[in-house]
Amino acid sequence: MAISRRQWKTVFYHLLVGLLALGMIYPILWLVASSLKPNDEIFTTAYSLIPSSLEWGNYASGWAGFAGNSFGTFFKNSFIIVSLSTIGAVCSSALVAYAFSRIPFFGRGFWFGCMMLTLMLPRDVTIIPQYIMFSELGWLQSFKPLIVPQFLGIPFFIFLIMQFIRTVPADLDEAAKIDGCSKYGIFFKVILPLIVPAMMTSAIFSFYWTWEDFIHPLLYLNQPELYPVSLALKLFLDGESLNNWGGMFAMSTLSLVPVFVIFFIFQKYIVDGISTSGLKG
Amino acid sequence: MKLRENDHVVGYAFAAPFILGFLLFIVYPVFSSLYYSFTNYNLLEAPSWVGFDNYTKMFTDDEKYAKSISVTLNYVLASVPLRLAFALGVAMLLNKAIAGIGLYRSAYYLPSLIGGSVAVSILWSQVFGDKGLVNSALGLIGIESSTSWIGNPGTALWTLIALSVWQFGSSMLIFLAGLKNIPKDYYEAASVDGANKIRQFFKITLPLLSPIILFNLIMQTISAFMTFTPAYIISRGEGGPLDETLLYSLYLYKRAFTFYEMGYASAMAWVALIAIGLVTLLIFQSSRYWVHYESKGDR
Repeated sequence: MAISRRQWKTVFYHLLVGLLALGMIYPILWLVASSLKPNDEIFTTAYSLIPSSLEWGNYASGWAGFAGNSFGTFFKNSFIIVSLSTIGAVCSSALVAYAFSRIPFFGRGFWFGCMMLTLMLPRDVTIIPQYIMFSELGWLQSFKPLIVPQFLGIPFFIFLIMQFIRTVPADLDEAAKIDGCSKYGIFFKVILPLIVPAMMTSAIFSFYWTWEDFIHPLLYLNQPELYPVSLALKLFLDGESLNNWGGMFAMSTLSLVPVFVIFFIFQKYIVDGISTSGLKG
Repeated sequence: MKLRENDHVVGYAFAAPFILGFLLFIVYPVFSSLYYSFTNYNLLEAPSWVGFDNYTKMFTDDEKYAKSISVTLNYVLASVPLRLAFALGVAMLLNKAIAGIGLYRSAYYLPSLIGGSVAVSILWSQVFGDKGLVNSALGLIGIESSTSWIGNPGTALWTLIALSVWQFGSSMLIFLAGLKNIPKDYYEAASVDGANKIRQFFKITLPLLSPIILFNLIMQTISAFMTFTPAYIISRGEGGPLDETLLYSLYLYKRAFTFYEMGYASAMAWVALIAIGLVTLLIFQSSRYWVHYESKGDR
C-alpha cells in the first residue's frame, strides 16, 4: 500500500514534535531514573534511563533526612505553610476582586492602579525592609512571615478573579438587590458560587508558588526542624551529606510528586489560567 | 437596625486586605529601603547616615558589582529572547487540531511548571556536572568531555540560560491561546493573494500576536532580572566559578544576608528598581513601532 505525501507529512510531524517533546522531558525522566539507581551507578552510566536494579533504598536513606529531622518533618512543614498560605491568598483575593470589579467606591481606580504597579514591582526592593520588619516583630524562625502576607490579597489572583467576575452579568446583582440582598449578600450568594473556577485556578497557582518558594524560607527559617521541603533539599548539597546522590535524587523526585499530581488532576484550570491572564507557571 | 448600604464603606471593607497589605508590605518597605540605601546598617546598631556613599562605592569601587551587572545583562539578553522564540516556534507547531496534541502540550509545559523548584536546580547541577547526563551523552557519540559545565567559567552561565529557556512552556501556552484567536480566513485570503508561509508569518501572525509578545517580553524580562534560586543552588550560594553566575539578586542577597550590609544592599535594590523601571518604559515606548492593535476593538 502506497503512503501518500500527506501521510508522510504527518509521520514527519509526529517524529519531529515527539522527539522534541522527549528531549524536553528527558531530564525529568533522568531524575526519576537516577533516584532508583544504586549510588555507584548514577554517574557511571548517566545516559541510561534504566537502572540495573531498582534501588528503593535511596528513598529510605533520603527520607531519613539530616540530624534527626526526617523528610516527614519537612513535608509536614511544607503542607502547613502551603495550605494556610493558599487559603489566605484565595479568600482575601476574592474579596478584593469583588470590591474592584463591582463596587464603585471612592478611590477605586487609584487602588486598582496601585495593584497593577505591584504586579511589576521587583521583589528585591521589598525583601530587605520586610526582613527587618519581621525581625523587629520577633517573627523570625516562625512560619508567620511566610503565611501572614498571603492573607492580604495577591495581585495576580485579584486580577484573575476580576477577569472572571466581569463575565458574570450585572443583571444578576440587580435581581439580587431587588430581592433585598445587601452588597455583602450579593458577594456570598451570587458572586462567590460563580467564581469558583477562578478561585480554583488561583489556589492551584498559590500551591505551586509556595511549594516551590525558596528564597523566603531561606531568609526567615534557619532551624532545620522548621524547613519546608524546598529548603531541606539544599541540605543534600551541604557538607558531609555530599555523596548521598541516590537519596538526593529520591527526595527531589518526591518533592515533585504533589506538583505532578495536581497538574494531572487540574490541567484544565492551569492551562486556562495561563492562557487568559498570563499567570506564570 | 439595618446597616445603611454605602458603597464607600462596603468597598473599603472588601478592599481592606489589599490596601492594608499594600501599605504595610509594599509602600512602607519601598520607602524605608530608600532610606536605608543612604545609611550604613548592619542590623545590630542603628542605621547611620552616609549620604550617597553606597551609590558611589557601587559604581566606582566594587568590581564584583560591575561583574554581577554584566553577568545579569548577559543572562537576561540571552535567555529572554531565546525563551520567547522557542515559545512562539513550538506554539506554532502545536497550533493544530489533531489527536495527541494535548499530550505534546503537556510535555512542553511540564518543565515550566517545575522549573522554579529547588529539585530542578539540583537536577540541573547534576545534568551538567562533570559526570552528568550531558557529558555522558556526549561520550556516547564519541565526544569525550570530563569537565563540568558548571565548574567551567566559560559555560557556567550558559547552563543557567539553558535552564531558563527550557521553561518556555508558560509563554508557549499564552502564544497558543493568541494563535487560536487569529481568524483562519486571514490566512486563506493571504494565500489567495499569493503570499507564501513566510510572508504570512511576518504579515499576519507576528503583527496579530504582537500585543501578547509585548506582555510576555515585559513579564519575562522582569522575572529574568530577579532570577535567584537556580543561581544560588547551582553555585552553592557563591555565584562562582569566578563570579560567572553571580546574578544581581544573588549578589544582593550575599551583601544583605551574608555580610549584613543592609544599607549597601538596599542601594543595590533601588538601582535595580530604577533600571528595571527604565527598561520596562523603554519596551513600552518601543512598542508603538512594532505592536499592532486592531482598530476594531471587539476582541
